[in-house]
Amino acid sequence: MSSIRTRLFAVLVASTGLVWLLATLWIYVDTEAELERVLDARLTEAARMVRSLLAEGRVELALGGDAAAAAVAPAPAGDRPYDRQLSCQIWSLDGRLVGRSEDAPRDRLTDARSGFSETVIDGETWRVYTIEDAELGVRVMVGDNVRVRDRLVGGVITGLALPAGLIVPFLAAVIWFSLRRGMAPLNGMARMLSSRAASDLRPLPDENLPREIAPAVHALNGLFRRVEAAREREKSFTAFAAHELKTPLAGLKTQAQIALASGDGAVHANALRQISAGVDRVSRLVAQLLDLAAIEAGDRAPALTRAPVRPLVARVVAEMPPARDRAIVLAGAEDAAGPVARFEPALLTLALRNLIENAVNHAPEGGTVVVRVEAEAGRARIVVEDDGPGIPPAELPHVTERFFRGRGKSATGSGLGLSIAQEAMDQTGGALSLANRAAGGLAATLTLARQEEER
Amino acid sequence: MRILVVEDDPMLLDGLSVGLGLAGFTVDAVQTCEDASSALAAQDYDAVVLDLMLPDGSGLDVLAALRRRKDATPVVLLTARDQVADRITGLDAGADDYVGKPFDLDELAARVRAAARRGLGRADTVLEWRGVTLDPARQTASRDGRGVPLTRREFGVLRALMERPGTTVSRAVLEEMLYGWQEEVESNAVEVHIHHLRGKLGAGFIKTVRGLGYRLAEESP
Repeated sequence: MSSIRTRLFAVLVASTGLVWLLATLWIYVDTEAELERVLDARLTEAARMVRSLLAEGRVELALGGDAAAAAVAPAPAGDRPYDRQLSCQIWSLDGRLVGRSEDAPRDRLTDARSGFSETVIDGETWRVYTIEDAELGVRVMVGDNVRVRDRLVGGVITGLALPAGLIVPFLAAVIWFSLRRGMAPLNGMARMLSSRAASDLRPLPDENLPREIAPAVHALNGLFRRVEAAREREKSFTAFAAHELKTPLAGLKTQAQIALASGDGAVHANALRQISAGVDRVSRLVAQLLDLAAIEAGDRAPALTRAPVRPLVARVVAEMPPARDRAIVLAGAEDAAGPVARFEPALLTLALRNLIENAVNHAPEGGTVVVRVEAEAGRARIVVEDDGPGIPPAELPHVTERFFRGRGKSATGSGLGLSIAQEAMDQTGGALSLANRAAGGLAATLTLARQEEER
Repeated sequence: MRILVVEDDPMLLDGLSVGLGLAGFTVDAVQTCEDASSALAAQDYDAVVLDLMLPDGSGLDVLAALRRRKDATPVVLLTARDQVADRITGLDAGADDYVGKPFDLDELAARVRAAARRGLGRADTVLEWRGVTLDPARQTASRDGRGVPLTRREFGVLRALMERPGTTVSRAVLEEMLYGWQEEVESNAVEVHIHHLRGKLGAGFIKTVRGLGYRLAEESP
């Protein structure tokens, strides 16, 4: 059953019905016991009354006479169904029937000498109370026909069951209606969600929400917000990527058209040189876009390994492609035991490679890029220094923004390198800081998570 | 025809300078809004090719400043953002045309020519004066139906004069139109070009207005 309303309805109706049934049963049992007691008390009282009448001599006892003649005992006044419920017999102690009430059976009502007893006479069960009076020499028996008693109990139960039978459908209707009212907010939400387009990520209204569905609505709105933000990011990323790719493509096309159109050897050669460099640039841009996409799509909490930093740095430096006539130098002794830190090797490699590329692109011809591994206050730091122009202070806060390319940009830059380094460091739990060096050029510092820090 | 190209990408800027130069324009190239603004303040251009995303701001700001000064220099916007909304924004900001990257160099040249032509209030694509026809798009000249071979500079001088028939154009103005910033101008360069043109089109085609400059001759000599 997939409808909450149907399920709730079934459960509520079934449990209400069950409660009614149990209540009826209980009342039945209780009523029967109570009735038994009341009727028994009546028997006792009637028997005592007869005895006292006999004792006071108000009733003549034909101890020697014919029992059939003696019609005594007051029949309780009552309405028709309960007419003549009680039957009375008076027996002498020696076993003769000395008197009986009208309609009382002729057979002895009980063999018990005194107290309550049950007897079957002519297929009818009788409940009988007997009092023995030794002074008078009689035994007074007052009996009830059990069938009459059962009819009494039956009447009570019918009185209960009938309204129950009528009330349960009424209750079902009330429950159904209440459920509809109660589920209205849920239904409203479902209607709203099913009627909106898949691209509609506006938050659901969250005022006056029932407490029960508020968490669901808030969670949903949170999800909407995150999806929307991710979509926005993706959209701006795509727009920027398209922009950044289109410009070099426009350059390539222009240069190609020049190469085709120009008969001048120098112009022709320059155009081809530009095309070659342009293709390199676009390739690098594409590679960086893929790197960035990979970082974004990657595990939000990558597994950090605890390892010495220097070997990784040495490997990255060694693997850098030849940088025209700029030198890349790893400072410090080859076998120096460097600091240990926690990091994700692939992300750190990516960050470091982009920083070194950036430094190489901005270093002047014949310049040097120096990479140093330092330990300070338990933290490992990797510093990449170039002797280029540095970054104007006004642009420093913006250079890690995607596709930002300042005035001092290099011909091959894409505006993505520092942004990649920043994102990679964010994910590996480190930090990137940029500062202009006093001696000129830029110092980019990667600070890694503290080595003792456990995550 | 002297134009200003504002584009921050070095490879594209190089391509535009060389390519539009081959198409017969004299190209000044700058990379930033700031440089573009100073160039526009210092020099009259026949047209401006303006990129939108520049390192120190948006080309739209340069355009807006230009139009605020009531400067009607034709502007062709050049940008990778070529959504319809962007184009509308650019055109409404006062641009004369809008070219999305990547573009065809010949198309860009044609659009710049068209913008410059409209800037001069002309509808004809071909200039004519007393039997001499000049086609700026093809960079060809003919006299009485027969082609006349001209160098790029000669063509520039002739076009400058034919675009302003009856007007005297000074030597300084001609020099400005012919030579970009980086180009060395020899002191008698314009005289030499005029001399060659007279040789090719007839001695009386261009008149010298002593002390003022040059203009096209009104009647047959």
